[in-house]
Amino acid sequence: MEPKSDTRRFFKSLHAFGERKQAATVDMARNVAGLLALSQQEELMDLPNHSPLSTSEDEGDSDGERKSQKLLEAVSSLGGKSRWKLAERSEATLGVSEFNVTSDGSGEKLVLSDLLESSTALSSLAAVRKQLLRVKSKTLAIPLDKKEADQILREAAFSKTAQVLSKWDPVVLKNRQAEQLFFPMEKELPAVAPVEHAFTGWKTRTPLEQEVFNLLHKNKQPVTDPLLTPVEKASLKAMSLEEVKIHRAELQKTRALQSYYEARARREKKIKSKKYHKFMKKGKAKKAFKEFEQLCKDDPSAALQELGKMEEARVLERMSLKHQGSGKWAKSKAIMARYDLETRQAMQEQLAKKRELTQKLQVVSESEEEEEKCTEEGIISASDGMNDLQMNAAGVNPWMLRSCNSSAGRGELKTDPEQLPQQVAGGFSVGEEDERPVAEELVLKERSFQERVEPNSAKPMGGQEAEVSSDCQEEVSESRVLLQKLHKENDQSEQQNVSSVGTVLQIQREELAQEESLVPQRLERTHVLEEQGELGKEGRCQKKGHPRPMLKGEWKKRNPHSVLDVSRREKKDQMIDLQKLLTTRSPVKSLAVPTVVELKDEVETDHKQIIKEAFAGDDVIREFLKEKRETVEANKPKDLDLTLPGWGEWVGMGLKPSAKKRRRFLIKAPESSPRKDKNLPNVILNEKHNILAAAHQVHAIPHPFTHHQQFERTIQNPIGYTWNTQRAFQKLTVPKVGTKLGHIIKPLKAENVGYRSSSRSDLSVLQSSRKRLSKKQQKQLKASSAD
Amino acid sequence: METAPKPGRGVPPKKDNPQAKKKKPRRYWEEEATPVAAPAGPPRKKARAREPRPPRSKGVRGAPKSRFGRKPQAPKNASDRKKPRRTLSGAQDPFPGPAPAPAEVARKFCRIDKSKKLPRSKPKTRTKLETAEAQEEEASVRAARAELLLAEEPGFLEGEDGEDTAKILQTDIVEAVDIASAAKHFDLNLRQFGPYRLNYSRTGRHLALGGRRGHVAALDWVTKKLMCEINVMEAVRDIQSVFPLLAVDGRGSADPNWNRWLYIYDNQGIELHCIRRCDRVTRLEFLPFHFLLATASETGFLTYLDVSVGKIVTALNARAGRLSVMAQNPYNAVVHLGHSNGTVSLWSPAMKEPLAKILCHRGAVRAVAVDSTGTYMATSGLDHQLKIFDLRGTFQPLSARTLPQGAGHLAFSQRGLLVAGMGDVVNIWAGPGKASPPSLEQPYLTHRLSGHVHGLQFCPFEDVLGVGHSGGMTSMLVPGSAEPNFDGLENNPYRSRKQRQEWEVKALLEKVPAELICLDPRALAEVDVVTLEQQKKERIERLGYDPDAKAAFQPKAKQKGRSSTASLVKRKKKVMDQEHRDKVRQSLEGQQQQRQKQKTAKPTGARPSALDRFVR
Repeated sequence: MEPKSDTRRFFKSLHAFGERKQAATVDMARNVAGLLALSQQEELMDLPNHSPLSTSEDEGDSDGERKSQKLLEAVSSLGGKSRWKLAERSEATLGVSEFNVTSDGSGEKLVLSDLLESSTALSSLAAVRKQLLRVKSKTLAIPLDKKEADQILREAAFSKTAQVLSKWDPVVLKNRQAEQLFFPMEKELPAVAPVEHAFTGWKTRTPLEQEVFNLLHKNKQPVTDPLLTPVEKASLKAMSLEEVKIHRAELQKTRALQSYYEARARREKKIKSKKYHKFMKKGKAKKAFKEFEQLCKDDPSAALQELGKMEEARVLERMSLKHQGSGKWAKSKAIMARYDLETRQAMQEQLAKKRELTQKLQVVSESEEEEEKCTEEGIISASDGMNDLQMNAAGVNPWMLRSCNSSAGRGELKTDPEQLPQQVAGGFSVGEEDERPVAEELVLKERSFQERVEPNSAKPMGGQEAEVSSDCQEEVSESRVLLQKLHKENDQSEQQNVSSVGTVLQIQREELAQEESLVPQRLERTHVLEEQGELGKEGRCQKKGHPRPMLKGEWKKRNPHSVLDVSRREKKDQMIDLQKLLTTRSPVKSLAVPTVVELKDEVETDHKQIIKEAFAGDDVIREFLKEKRETVEANKPKDLDLTLPGWGEWVGMGLKPSAKKRRRFLIKAPESSPRKDKNLPNVILNEKHNILAAAHQVHAIPHPFTHHQQFERTIQNPIGYTWNTQRAFQKLTVPKVGTKLGHIIKPLKAENVGYRSSSRSDLSVLQSSRKRLSKKQQKQLKASSAD
Repeated sequence: METAPKPGRGVPPKKDNPQAKKKKPRRYWEEEATPVAAPAGPPRKKARAREPRPPRSKGVRGAPKSRFGRKPQAPKNASDRKKPRRTLSGAQDPFPGPAPAPAEVARKFCRIDKSKKLPRSKPKTRTKLETAEAQEEEASVRAARAELLLAEEPGFLEGEDGEDTAKILQTDIVEAVDIASAAKHFDLNLRQFGPYRLNYSRTGRHLALGGRRGHVAALDWVTKKLMCEINVMEAVRDIQSVFPLLAVDGRGSADPNWNRWLYIYDNQGIELHCIRRCDRVTRLEFLPFHFLLATASETGFLTYLDVSVGKIVTALNARAGRLSVMAQNPYNAVVHLGHSNGTVSLWSPAMKEPLAKILCHRGAVRAVAVDSTGTYMATSGLDHQLKIFDLRGTFQPLSARTLPQGAGHLAFSQRGLLVAGMGDVVNIWAGPGKASPPSLEQPYLTHRLSGHVHGLQFCPFEDVLGVGHSGGMTSMLVPGSAEPNFDGLENNPYRSRKQRQEWEVKALLEKVPAELICLDPRALAEVDVVTLEQQKKERIERLGYDPDAKAAFQPKAKQKGRSSTASLVKRKKKVMDQEHRDKVRQSLEGQQQQRQKQKTAKPTGARPSALDRFVR
């Protein structure tokens, strides 16, 4: 039995092999010839084994034929690896197992009807047979691999669970976004309603209550609306809001009219023009006359009365004229009064009486009082230029004398400032103007001087007048001398400057350009001033400012270019002119001038101040610009030069690495952002990073934000109680999570959230319903089933 | 905070039937018989009586935004349009809805700077931004509503029509005002001990006086109660009251070899400390929120002393010679120093160099003052000019005027009045409003003193100007100078001893670190971009790539030989400069459009001829 079964197995495998790899057989055809012999040998060896099996062969030759065919096929398909498979029965043998039915042997499909044929004999099985026949033969798809099936199940389970869990999403999101979470989470307690609401349907029941209500009713006190008694209501109704408004508006109007009228009357009363009053009187008389005529026509009796009144007025007028010097008695006395003392006295008495009578009882005008007080208190009122002028004229300008001396030698002045006379005060403002290191055009200066002198000299000052004017003349002449000297000095110094060409020149040029534009302006301004004839000294000195010494030669040289230059410059960088900045015009209004009576020690300092003011002020701008330039340069990122001299070329004294090489090895500094003070000429801003303060700042942007500006927005609003009201502070600083002491915090329940409790999702349910699978999964399923 | 959406929110609460209630309790006045009828049926299921909610108008709930400035909205729904519930008394809320808050006032408290446009933000970020803005709005509305509590109004002085207020004398004012205010005008005749410096405490209650010739006094100036009075037998340069407890003065004798140190006294006049590291002090300033005492010295050093721990924070060399002009900016605690070269420099203890240098005058600067909002700085120089500068970034002069004899001392009041002391006269200028600079056209008040002005300060929370001069001290009445409402928790003039102690502790706890002083005090609410970028750079170096950068373009693999190296490179190149190319294209388009415009704008004259090229 064994060898036979072996060969069978072999054939079987061959057969299977042949079925699977028919393509391979073609390739293997050439091996067949060699192998054929071998197979025949095997056949031969099999023969003796066949004899006991002959019983089975009697079924027919067809079986034998099939066998031989198989063998041929097997042999022809020999080749490649032969795989051994588990033994499968292919045909009906004696050892038919009850577990396995294979249709392999026949090469046909097993059909149910074939199996049922045997049951025909048994009538008892007819019913079953019918049933079985009714069953449609439907081929079931091969079940999927376990692995794949599991995967699909898993995916489906995930989607199902995700769907189930997704109902929590809004809750979770809400909790995440909530400003505050308070545990244990409970439903809001119904708000406590006010007592009044609770007792809407309330009625009196107790005897006490009834009594109380009786009392209330009796006194007509409101029961339902205790806010207003009937009396109060009546009073409210007495005048409606509209009426009150109208009434008020009327009152307001009358008041306004009254005030207008009063104001007008006051204004008219203040008019001093006699002519105006004459006209007014005449007009009034005319009007009265007209009215009277009208009255005569209309109502004669009233006119008569009016006439009487007029008569009375005339009489009164006459009476009042009694004391004037125009009477007969008075005239006669006037002649005598020259010689007679008594008559003179009588005359004077009468005049006094007249004055007394005619004197109007009026309030003393405010302005006069004010002035008096002012003089008393020592405040010189702002409006009167008189005082200023007096001061100017009276005070001989001591500084002028001094400055004259000083022009001879400045050092001297600085060394002994005590020599200076102590009274600088009087013409301080004048002196201040002159003492500056003036180098502006002489013409300009002189003009201003003349201006100043003229009003002074023109002023009638009594006996002092002559002196003053002479003083002034002196001043002027002295100042001229001084100015000329100064001018010369300046010229010299400037020339020196020009000869010593240096870095300074550049600065000067810049400034010159600025100044050149300014000079004509100044001239114009002074012209305007002259025309206006203004006397304000401060304003003038202000306008002149501190002109920088101007080099004549340079001025001429630069003149043709200057206009162009300036305009170009202005276009290039619209810097605000420093000079303009510092010399601002100011309204010309004098204040209460402080009296300058100085203490001894202050005098010294004051002199020092004056000298400083005179000589120091000028270079301030240049120094500042220089400083600014230096700081800008210092803060600029520097280029890195990596050239190694002597590398690939000669090196030594006076030899420099070639330009090409330098260019090649120069690492340029990155372009820095423009400075904040780029367009602010009078400012130097420090652009260094404040490291100490930066330590307190945030330097990482938290998660949802992508840009620092976004995050800054959220932290800009202060939350401290210094900036907020108490309530706002509490609300802004409320903790994110709050808990109630001693309470259990239970997990969130679906019922609490507002969902019905659903049964736990079973996977078994899942398998039954494919509908819920996603499209992708369904596709997968289809594909797998098709295989 | 409720977390779950409520199912039946839209449904108005039903009013329960009174009959549906449980069994009524029996009252003493009721007969026995009546209750028999009542418990007829079984108790109903719906036994729990829900109390009706208080009426709430819909306008409150639905629109939390832009609540202010609007009248209470009319309810929209028909159900809401019903009359509000009448109470038993029949009284109605006459002002339904939240209290209105004026929009302008609320805007004042909005502190988020919305001038810059934000880059596009993701939805999550957007919600965060929205909540921040909503919070700001709510806080500002609340603050605006709280303005109602500032009941006091500032004083004022008005002349009759056409009358100049500068001509009104102190005597007139004193006559016009009430007795209590009139008592605040007084003169102290102290001719013996030279010109006086003075300083009011922050509450405006106490006054410290320091005479040049050694006279130091502290007094409760309102009650005129003298707290202490001593003569230190040395020249006193400046005096400053640090707490109400302490008086500080820099003093030094006339003898230059003598020590000139900083001394600290308590309110009894007992010398507590002598700080020798601060020598030759000329001016003192106290920065109250930082607990720093800034001293300017003759040697040119600006020294910051932390008075809470007694340590010197920094000593900065101004490199500009003698420092004798100093002022502090109350807004950002920056110290302003005036120099002899006409500049004013701004200092912070965190920086060795000045934060800014401003060229103000041609001559030396004589006095500097900064107003309480930190917006304006007034300077006066040797060139007799008085200028007002804008400190909000531009540092340009807003107005200037020349004074006949320049101002030696300047001071700002809480409400922005400017006082200048010139010789023995003080001039006060006022602006049109609170937030505007004083207009220098017309003085508001003038006053002449018996001596030369040596120290000026407006008293906080009182319409009083204290002037120290060579003849003593004068307390002037200046209507409208001070803030009428004080913060009871911060500067309470009427505080008790306990309150003061409490305040001290709180103030010390809230001490601001000295290094936070900078020009913009709101810089703390900004991200430190420099460090941020630095860190980012380091991270990129460490990782070797930029994790935040957009991933580089990776061409897809293609078949049939189209994925050769050359074609890959080609495809990469196509995408590489896409952004840049887009930009260039846009700019080119813009240029073309401009050119076209120019072309169209050009007047089409006669036909161009070839000879036109010679036309010059």
